[in-house]
Amino acid sequence: MPSIGDPGRSGASPVVTPIPMRTRVAALAVHGVNVLSRVSGRGSGTVAGGRVGLALDPAIIRNLTAGKTVALVSGTNGKTTTSRLLVAALGGGHDHSVAWNDTGANMPAGHVAALVHRPRARIAVLEVDESYLDHLLEVTRPEVVILLNLSRDQLDRVAEVRLLAERWRKAFEGQDGDGPVVVANADDPMVVWAAGPARRIWWVGAGQVWREDAVGCPACGGRIAFSADGWACDHCPFARPVCHGEVLDRELVLSDGSRHALTLGLPGAFNRSNAALVAVATEALYPGRSFDDALSAMAAVTNVAGRFAVVVRHGHPVRKLLAKNPAGWTAIFDLLDEVGQPDEPVVLSINARAADGTDPSWLWDVPFERLQGRSVVAAGDRCLDLAVRLRYAEVDHQVARDPLEALDLAMATAPPGGALTFLGNYTAFSDLGSRL
Amino acid sequence: MTRGPLRIVVVHPDLLGTYGDGGNGLVLLRRATWRGYDATLVQAPSHEPLPPGDLYCLGGGEDGPQVRSATELIEDGRLVRAVEDGAVVFGVCAGFQLLGTTFPDARDQPRAGLGLLDLVTRKGPGPRAVGELTALIGADGPPSADGAPWPKLTGFENHGGVSTLGPGSRPLARVETGVGNGDGSGIEGAWSGRVVGTYLHGPVLARNPALADLLLSWAVGESLDPLDDHDEEALRAERLAAARSAS
Ligand SMILES: [Zn+2]
Repeated sequence: MPSIGDPGRSGASPVVTPIPMRTRVAALAVHGVNVLSRVSGRGSGTVAGGRVGLALDPAIIRNLTAGKTVALVSGTNGKTTTSRLLVAALGGGHDHSVAWNDTGANMPAGHVAALVHRPRARIAVLEVDESYLDHLLEVTRPEVVILLNLSRDQLDRVAEVRLLAERWRKAFEGQDGDGPVVVANADDPMVVWAAGPARRIWWVGAGQVWREDAVGCPACGGRIAFSADGWACDHCPFARPVCHGEVLDRELVLSDGSRHALTLGLPGAFNRSNAALVAVATEALYPGRSFDDALSAMAAVTNVAGRFAVVVRHGHPVRKLLAKNPAGWTAIFDLLDEVGQPDEPVVLSINARAADGTDPSWLWDVPFERLQGRSVVAAGDRCLDLAVRLRYAEVDHQVARDPLEALDLAMATAPPGGALTFLGNYTAFSDLGSRL
Repeated sequence: MTRGPLRIVVVHPDLLGTYGDGGNGLVLLRRATWRGYDATLVQAPSHEPLPPGDLYCLGGGEDGPQVRSATELIEDGRLVRAVEDGAVVFGVCAGFQLLGTTFPDARDQPRAGLGLLDLVTRKGPGPRAVGELTALIGADGPPSADGAPWPKLTGFENHGGVSTLGPGSRPLARVETGVGNGDGSGIEGAWSGRVVGTYLHGPVLARNPALADLLLSWAVGESLDPLDDHDEEALRAERLAAARSAS
């Protein structure tokens, strides 16, 4: 594996950068607001405090990350899990050595809150909403950036896939100096297009089950053809780049021929892909640190903010899963096939609140046909949209708007003590978490 | 009894595949097979000649792919000929705009559409129209499949285009809540012969089974047996109530 040489600020002794007075005052205010809003019971307070900090000092993120080793994680799916795995690989998680936005608040207010919450951290791992990546690249000057994937998500409020890819591309074009080491998924053509201008890229063949948003070539408008060997445009040289590492079944195989088992505490092929990207990013940050050390640190992670956790209700283990868009749901169906019984009951809960995107049309891009043969209960604010989708997928279903009621209906169809799965989109998942 | 065969074609899902509009093809397929028709659903990618069909569906898409789809369809020529031979065409959003005579590209330059609807689309001056829409199909709309009064149209619109009908096409519906074609006429969508276009996602045929059945009855040339649509009716009631309380 080639070394990137000097890993920037990370390998040297920490640079002591004085924090400007304005930033200190703003950070104090963030603390104050967060304490107040937690006491008054209005949410976790992270975003509210962060907003105040940004208002008092618009340069607060730049100032709070100066002198820190910064890693950014972005992409449509897997940001929160990948950030958590990276924190584990870097030795953080239970102490204050790594600052990270552990609540999944991935816009600047959330970044401010994360940085203020762990002021003495030498490393910052920030999950970044796709539409803020260009901004965070500029203000944090990261050492490493992990790019996971780009697919359709909440089209009623966020820029479309191609516009996002162009914005990322411009941001990497505009980086001065060497810029960060970009660890990017070579199996997603939109990611490859977006990362292309970066000076230092480590490509990882991390796999991509969802290809519907990458059929048209972003370079020339030709057609991207996928094959067992990868993908290539039928019209121009744009093609899957040569990789430093590839995920092959349950191993990360590096270009030097070494093989590293991807044995994790989290289920699913997509989490093995996330872990592979993290292992390569860790190597980029700390050359010489062994892959297997990073991977065994990641293996200790068994849930991420409640995702992938198993809780017991009325004697039945309930696996809690979150997916927000067609690519995410498709990956979760792969996971169900991998870990559960083929007739295990499933509760699907769908909301369409602001944080979910208010148009659930995307349900028709999800291959619900794959649930045929299971007992399915449709729940959530938009259970009726889901019921119609399931009817046309010819999946037997019941409907119960309340997710707990839906779980009890599903349990009635399971054998005694039999497992079931709850799968919700963003707010549907957090609603259940607060009630179980 | 098997009736048919009926070929339903989803046009260019690789280009016009956003917003779940591919669901319209699936809704048509199921509503045909549940009634005993020997129906097939064909996904027609943009790099191949358009296959023969009785009913063509076009979905929404981004600006670049929309231009490419229109260019391919004009060069290919088969869709226009199919319509001359009696095929049914249903277009949504970008797919609706490209059925018209002109539509704008990403740089707001006019591009030629297929001219199957007498419709001109340009970029709107304001923000995108995004949200629930309800509309009434009236006397100038197409006749319903079963001759009964039309139930309200319900769907979700998300577009920046403003579309104006010419004398060669008629309004699909009149907007009750929402924006629709957005040119001040209060019109949503358009139709002409057996060509129908709308801005509504949802997908619109799942939310409006009566519209799906009109397209199917045109394609099979006979009236259709009723189906048990209680899932759809429950969804419709909820969405119509949501649009009322939001307006
Ligand atoms: Zn190309």
